[in-house]
Amino acid sequence: MLSAEGLRHTFGEGRGQVVALDDVSFTLTSGQTLAIFGPNGAGKTTLLKVLAGLIRPQAGSVRIAGGRRAIGWIGHETHLYEHLTVRENLLFWASLYGMPAPRRGPRAAEVLGRLGLGDRADRPVWSLSRGLAQRASIAKALIHDPSVLLLDEPFTGLDLAAAAELRVLLGELRGRGAGGGGRVLVLATHNVDEGVELATDVAFQRRGRFVHLAPLGGRGPSEIAEAYRRAVEQRTGGVTDG
Amino acid sequence: MGEVLAQAWAVARKDLVLEFRTRTALVSAVVFAALVLTVFNFGRDPTAVPTIDLAPTILWVTFTFAAMLAMNRAFQLELENQALEGLLASPLSRTGLYWGKLVANLVFVAVVEAVGLPLFVLFFDVPVGRVLAPLVGVIALATLGFVAVGTLFSALVMRTRFAELLLVVILLPFLVPPLIGAVQVTARLFGGRPLSESVGYLKLLAAYDIVFVSLASFLFRFTVDE
Ligand SMILES: Nc1ncnc2c1ncn2[C@@H]1O[C@H](COP(=O)(O)OP(=O)(O)OP(=O)(O)O)[C@@H](O)[C@H]1O
Ligand SMILES: [Mg+2]
Repeated sequence: MLSAEGLRHTFGEGRGQVVALDDVSFTLTSGQTLAIFGPNGAGKTTLLKVLAGLIRPQAGSVRIAGGRRAIGWIGHETHLYEHLTVRENLLFWASLYGMPAPRRGPRAAEVLGRLGLGDRADRPVWSLSRGLAQRASIAKALIHDPSVLLLDEPFTGLDLAAAAELRVLLGELRGRGAGGGGRVLVLATHNVDEGVELATDVAFQRRGRFVHLAPLGGRGPSEIAEAYRRAVEQRTGGVTDG
Repeated sequence: MGEVLAQAWAVARKDLVLEFRTRTALVSAVVFAALVLTVFNFGRDPTAVPTIDLAPTILWVTFTFAAMLAMNRAFQLELENQALEGLLASPLSRTGLYWGKLVANLVFVAVVEAVGLPLFVLFFDVPVGRVLAPLVGVIALATLGFVAVGTLFSALVMRTRFAELLLVVILLPFLVPPLIGAVQVTARLFGGRPLSESVGYLKLLAAYDIVFVSLASFLFRFTVDE
């Protein structure tokens, strides 16, 4: 379970102030996937960082069943150490989550296999391509089997096959959670086509505000894309929010 | 507590693996120490000031600046791919992170000192053999204190533009007490005086260690959290 209540956060002061989050509230239970669509600068990353506990919001609160330990976060950056191998990175992160030493190796191998990195596991991260590093970053976020997954543009840098595989993987993760129930996924992206397939709920974010928050219902990608364009992109000036 | 220690060990181990694989900070610190000692060696005039009077100061100036080079690395490496963000979002406790960095820094500085000390003995021809055990003890005592403070400050300055410079500037005033203590004790040891004459300074060093390790462990969270 993940719930956000009245989140507000701004950057800067005076005339240069940017409202990155403006009264954002929602509740998700296991099995639900919220896709947040918004243009560059809408505040998607800020929202995910607040949910991940990295930014303390100026107002509002976040509640996550299981706390920090329950969160898997895939950010814009990979959070990987370039001079460690992919496997070493995973083992390190597993240890931070208090996973018993004998379980770390098998778990890392399992996750690496799932992300198609089995044969590259022992290569240093610096030798990986952008897309492979992104996959390693996803593997890292899954190592402790989180029940809440926060995904910030997770498809960045992935080729078509890898993106399709990731969609399948996320679909499976959503359905089968740690305790048999499903997981909660929050996926932020500026590309409607990338997330809508996975979503049970959609939100359109603009200038920190959710201008639309609703269950997906029976609506398909094209309907969502159309609604998104109407809600967010019909505006004067600028291509970005902020 | 057990969990904090386990996390600290995970962080320290990771840093040690990274450093011994890339060796960037360590090599520059060791080279720096060797260079400084060489310059002092050829720059001194033994007829003007007896070597034995200058030696303790030279030893500690060299150790201090070499240690700063090594300590700067601690948090800089966490900025790569924003790994620090990942750490802060994980269940890693802030104290665990600090202790992990402290242990890794202590190992690095110990390596620098382990290379620096023989060079020092070689160049300055001081009678270290008889006082090796107490000398190592004093080095350890002083090093713990200033690495504890240095680790805290390197977290404080990591996101600033002139991190290396800033670290030196804000750290030096805090290093004055342990450095005075360390130089005084070292001078007495080289002069063949018994350790009992240095009790006051040893107490100062021990008190500094206790105060600053505890204080830094507590204050660290305010440096990394927004
Ligand atoms: N640390 C910061 N300091 C100042 N301003 C910030 C900071 N982080 C974000 N902002 C501003 O807050 C606004 C929201 O940024 P955010 O990164 O959350 O947007 P986003 O929706 O993730 O955009 P993108 O699609 O480009 O990733 C932007 O105007 C951004 O410039
Ligand atoms: Mg973003």
